[in-house]
This record gives sequence, structure tokens and C-alpha cells, in this order.
Amino acid sequence: MSLRNAAYIAGAFEHPTRLAPDKTTPQLHAECAAGALADAGLSIEDVDGYFCATDAPGFGPISMVDYLGLRVRHTDSTEMGGCTYIQHVAHAAEAIAAGKCKVALITLAGRPRSENVMRFRPGAPEQAFEQWIGLTNHTSYGMCAVRHMHEFGTTSEQLAWIKVAASHHAQHNEHAMLPKVVSVEDVLESPMIADPLHRLDCCVTTDGGGALVVVAPEIAKTLNRPLIALRGAGEATKGPSGGLGLDLTVSAAARSGPAAFAEAGVTPADIKYASIYDSFTITVLIQLEDLGFCAKGEGGKFVADGNLISGTGKLPFNTDGGGLCNNHPMFRGGITKVIEAVRQLRGEAHPAVQVPNCDLAVATGIGGSLGARHGAATVILERQS
Amino acid sequence: MSDRKLPAPQPNAETETFWDAASNGVLKIKRCGDCNQAHYYPRAICPHCGSAKTEWIDTAGNGEIYSVSVMRRGEGAPFAVAYVTLDEGPAMLTNIVADDFDSLAIGQRVEVVFTPTEDGAPPVPMFTPRGG
Repeated sequence: MSLRNAAYIAGAFEHPTRLAPDKTTPQLHAECAAGALADAGLSIEDVDGYFCATDAPGFGPISMVDYLGLRVRHTDSTEMGGCTYIQHVAHAAEAIAAGKCKVALITLAGRPRSENVMRFRPGAPEQAFEQWIGLTNHTSYGMCAVRHMHEFGTTSEQLAWIKVAASHHAQHNEHAMLPKVVSVEDVLESPMIADPLHRLDCCVTTDGGGALVVVAPEIAKTLNRPLIALRGAGEATKGPSGGLGLDLTVSAAARSGPAAFAEAGVTPADIKYASIYDSFTITVLIQLEDLGFCAKGEGGKFVADGNLISGTGKLPFNTDGGGLCNNHPMFRGGITKVIEAVRQLRGEAHPAVQVPNCDLAVATGIGGSLGARHGAATVILERQS
Repeated sequence: MSDRKLPAPQPNAETETFWDAASNGVLKIKRCGDCNQAHYYPRAICPHCGSAKTEWIDTAGNGEIYSVSVMRRGEGAPFAVAYVTLDEGPAMLTNIVADDFDSLAIGQRVEVVFTPTEDGAPPVPMFTPRGG
């Protein structure tokens, strides 16, 4: 079964807040749900499938379906860390293709700036062997960058260009957490967090959330919205797997990406716009290589000199400012990757960053810890007439 | 060495042999009696071939740095997080104990140094530059 044209993204909503001390996390989920449904021209009564990840309050869908007042016949709480919501688009299409639902609602929300959010998951099989290491995402992704530099000569200046490009886009986003344009020097002069990643190599932390509405083809064609089809999808996981053959320069996107392109029947050269999960600058560089936008080891040259900046570069990326400058709600950037891809395909991105005739886009992400255990999810999206 | 507080490892049925050996200054890993490949962290079932015929072997505690990142900010910083590839094959996530973090490099030879955690709990296997 192919997922090509199995489902359409009819609604997309990014919560405008970046700091929400006076709201609850369930409330943010509900506001995002309402926003995405209004965007699609649908109502809560139309929803018959619900998707959230394991960070959702309470007992996942059991709690949230009741809180939101949904009446659904299909739920899914697949967990892949930050890229979960990219994967949820594909899983929603699978459920729709299998006849399990017709209108799937996907929500994410969280308030890591306003409340202590538990991120450590007790009971993992590796816990006794790694809990004492102090491995955070900074050192995990830092080790990937160090190894990439060692093998391929990648430089901090090249990584900085990724942040510079994101900041050029964020200046046009009134909701962006960091709307100021920065230079390569600004990145290199920001404090070192974990070698070789500076503060400006890291994404923002924000309260907020987002939601998506994925619908069956026959529903999409009744709605007064541009038709944004799922054309291909892929997912994969990767870990040290016993410690043999470790390669920190390659991510699980080396499998999720090619699978998505194969299902879509297109190549990276066909892509007009790319949403690339940017938890750190190195995350973008490794995924660009793994998806085939350039050869392994060539990512540094590919991203340099503004090549990711919309209007001047060859591959416009993260035109909302991405996680690096705009928004990374609940430490989970997957949903905003899909949302900006939908904006681009509809022609609804900010005019300063809108890609002309943007009819084919990719949204790809990494969830978990790139240097340890992580997942990847990729979707190819197409605007149809 | 930083003053980072190290949580005590909690041995279980799959791993108590490892932690008993650690308390005696020996770094053990597991090797599969069927596919003959070693792995770390230790499991009852071989992650390479699925066999239950895994057995404990002693390592010499030597290896080289595969990659290393020094945490420069926050509680207990600075400290070095690394993958060390053991001479017996598997790479393991660990910390590098060193006086000069800036001197740490990929390919550098290191040896295990068991570092105390909490009273009565097993120590954990960190590494330090050989002869350094």
C-alpha cells in the first residue's frame, strides 16, 4: 500500500505564544486544535481520529480525547520525540487509508519555560550505564559535530551559516522568539555550551504548540482550502546498537529520507522548499546529507554563504525562522516543520520568504538524542490543483 | 574532576555481574557464543543476532576516543562526554576524566578509571588519558 495521495493536510495552526504563564498545557492543546480546525473549515464534531505523543498531559489520548470533547474511533500516541508530528502525518494517512478515520487531529503543546517539564524517562534499559554521564542534547549533538568535523573538515563557520539563514527568515516572523538577524561572527562569539556548539548553534526553548488536521481525499475536496497531499513518507530509528559500527555522522534520516523520496517518486532536486528539524545547527547539516541534498561530508560547503536563505540560496529552508530562531514548543519541533511546509505550499508564507510556485516540499526531523538513540521521520508534501 | 553528583547505578538481573566486577575494578562486557560479536551495554540477549548464548568477558579496560564533547555550562561543568571504542570492539558512552579538557582529541588512547558514586553503590566506568 502506498501512502501517495492517501490523505491531505487540510488544517495547520501554530500557536502564537512563546511564553504562556497564565495558560495550562491542556488549554494550549485545545487552542491549537481549535485553530487548526478553523483553518481547515471543520469543527470538533468532524474529528474521528486523534493523535498526540506521550508528553501530552495525563494518560495520552485517553485524557486528551475526553478533555477536548472529541468523539473518535481511532487514536494513536506513537512517540518519536521531537519529530513525532511529522510521523503522525504519515500514520494518520495510514489510518485514513485503512478506513479507520477520515478527519485526524494531531496536537502538541507544552510550557517548558513556565513549568518544570520532566524529560528523563526512568526505566530505560541503558539507564544504569548512562544516567551518570550527564549526557544532555548539547553534548550528544556536540559529539556528532566533533566527529563530522574530524572526518570531513566541517567548520564552526559553516555550521554558523545555518543559524544565519534561519535568522534572515525569522526577521519577517512577528511571533519569532529571536527575530534579530545574526552574522557568522555573532554565532562564533556567543558562549560555548558544549564543544563545538555555541549558544547560537542551539534552538530556542518556548512555551506553545501546534496542531494539524489530516483528512481523507474525499473530505479535502469538499473544503475551500488548497489541496496539500501527502506524497511519500518514511521513518527510522538508530542507536549505538551494542557499540559496533558506530557512526555519528549518519542519522536515521539516511533511511527515512530515501524511503519518503522513493514512495513519492521524486528526488531532492525536485524539492522547492525544505523544513529541516533544527534542534542544533549540526542537526540540519547531517539531515541535508542524509536526505541526499548533497553527498556525505559536503554539508558544510552546501550550507555556507547563505545557500539556505529564501530568495538567494538554492534550497530555502525553515522560512519561519525554524527552531533556531522562531519556535521549539515543548522541545518538539516536528509540528512547526510541517506547518511551515504547508504555508509554503499554500503560498501563505510571509511574502519576503515565500518560495515562488512552491508545489513540492519536504519536512524532515530527528527526535530523541542524535548522538545516542534517535528516530527520524520524513514526509514529502505536494500542492495539487 | 568536577564535583558533579553521580547517581548510583541500579544493578538488575541482567547487569549485576557487570556492577560486581566494577566494584572489583574490572570492566566486563558481553560476547555472543553464536555470532561471536561483543556488545555494550550488556544484555541477556545478543543485540547483533538475537541469541541467548551471551557470556561475560573481561576487557583490558583500554580503548580510544571516538568522539568527545566538553559541557561548558550548567551544574558540574566542565565535564567531558565521550564515546570510547574498546580494544575488544564495542564503543561505550562515558566520561573522560582529565586535568585539561582542551587537550582531549579523537583517537587519543584512554584507560578505564572506576569512579565512586554513592556510599555502598558500585563505581562507574569512566576513562582517562593513558599515562596522563
